[in-house]
Amino acid sequence: MAKEKKEVVEKKDTTKVNASGIPLNMGAVILEPGSTKKYKTGEWRTFIPMIDSTKCIKCGQCWMTCPDAAIFKAEDGSFRINYTYCKGCLLCEKVCPVKCISHKVEEK
Amino acid sequence: MIMSERKVISGSDVMAHAVKMCRPKVLPMFPITPSTLIPERLSEFVFNGELDAKLIHVESEHSAISALYGVYATGVRSFTATASQGLALMHEIIPIVSGSRFPAVMAVANRALSGPLNIWNDQSDTISERDQGWIQLYCENNQEAFDTLIMAYKIAENSKVLTPVMVCVDGFYLTHAYEPVQIEDQKDVDEFLPEYKPLDFLDTSSPKTFGAFAQPNSYMDFKLEQEIAMENALKVISEVNSEFGKKFGRTYGDGLIETYNTSKAKVALLCLGSVGGTIKEVIDEYKKKGKEIGLIRLKSYRPFPTEQLKKVTKNIKAIGVIDKHASIGFGGALTNDVKAALFGEKVQIESFMAGLGGRDIDRAKIRDAIETMMKGKSGKWLK
Repeated sequence: MAKEKKEVVEKKDTTKVNASGIPLNMGAVILEPGSTKKYKTGEWRTFIPMIDSTKCIKCGQCWMTCPDAAIFKAEDGSFRINYTYCKGCLLCEKVCPVKCISHKVEEK
Repeated sequence: MIMSERKVISGSDVMAHAVKMCRPKVLPMFPITPSTLIPERLSEFVFNGELDAKLIHVESEHSAISALYGVYATGVRSFTATASQGLALMHEIIPIVSGSRFPAVMAVANRALSGPLNIWNDQSDTISERDQGWIQLYCENNQEAFDTLIMAYKIAENSKVLTPVMVCVDGFYLTHAYEPVQIEDQKDVDEFLPEYKPLDFLDTSSPKTFGAFAQPNSYMDFKLEQEIAMENALKVISEVNSEFGKKFGRTYGDGLIETYNTSKAKVALLCLGSVGGTIKEVIDEYKKKGKEIGLIRLKSYRPFPTEQLKKVTKNIKAIGVIDKHASIGFGGALTNDVKAALFGEKVQIESFMAGLGGRDIDRAKIRDAIETMMKGKSGKWLK
């Protein structure tokens, strides 16, 4: 058993990676910041929210509420959803004062 | 600069001296009986300018160990002390420190866990944390507590180990006891323990991600690395023990196990911590009567020195284990570990539960355990 094991744990061990394929160093340290950006959480989604930008009053309630910062402001001032990260929690739909956000079950 | 001197000093006080000499930079500490005097004394060192460190007045032990994690993430040496419920409150963060491979050192003044409410000594607090990836070293006396704290940093920071260490001292029996202790020269301690050089640390000029998510594809590999580090620690603890001996003239067995009178003995007691002192006294009584009884005192409980234990018990026929922690529903945890380590060896192993919640383990109880083992009877609770 002991012979199979390495005696020294190497400093840079690239055999372990996180969910986005980024190498994890000893103690699960990643040698770069902001690695969460590479984690595409949109894959988790069951419900897909959709914004009707013709009804949007540009109040920003959905933008403030989104727990994943997956809602961004478009050039015309209305709000859009970044589906790469949106997990489909639908909090935006709940807070929208003019009910311009709806959802459906996403088919993959 | 303190010159090497021999002083009559309390356990807590001498541990604070040892920590001071290891030059921690930040100290997050929360007082709890019987460990309170350690942070109290360290605070005095900081406020009178003897120790260049920042104190963090945290609001609980959970915060103390969380801050300890944070301090090690910034890449400097730290320390905290706790006991009993305090250690239990830290439980959530304890495996995060070890899993992050931070070489932290924590002193634990062993005390019973409530309930019923009890502030006195046993080892149920640390033994309950034995599976959390920390090295656990138990001390018999205050000199050993001083020496072990200094060795602990050197063991934890070894690149083959990078695992935190709990230095376990029996609450009150050691923390509040005044004993003559050799306090070493700062210059010698500096020579023995070089400056801490962290592997990765928080740095705005080179940002990194700490506390990253390890999915099923990697989590288990991290645990295997910790297991390998613990196996490496067995060797490193022994090496550091010998190196300490060369520098300061004191060693504790092979660093993992200390034996007393085991060469001729067929019957031996096995223990952790300060009760070893009483057992040695009783062994001397028996020696005067022409009876040879041995003592095996485990200094390192995690990593568990299985091979070393097999070696020292080769000629022993019966081992009585003094348990100061009950794994309720399955007897003494220490006994169970000893039985697992010696599985297949021809030796009788019995558990003697003793000293729970601070009940004295006096000579009569030790004699009772020895007589029981000599008659080949079963273990029992030494009430």
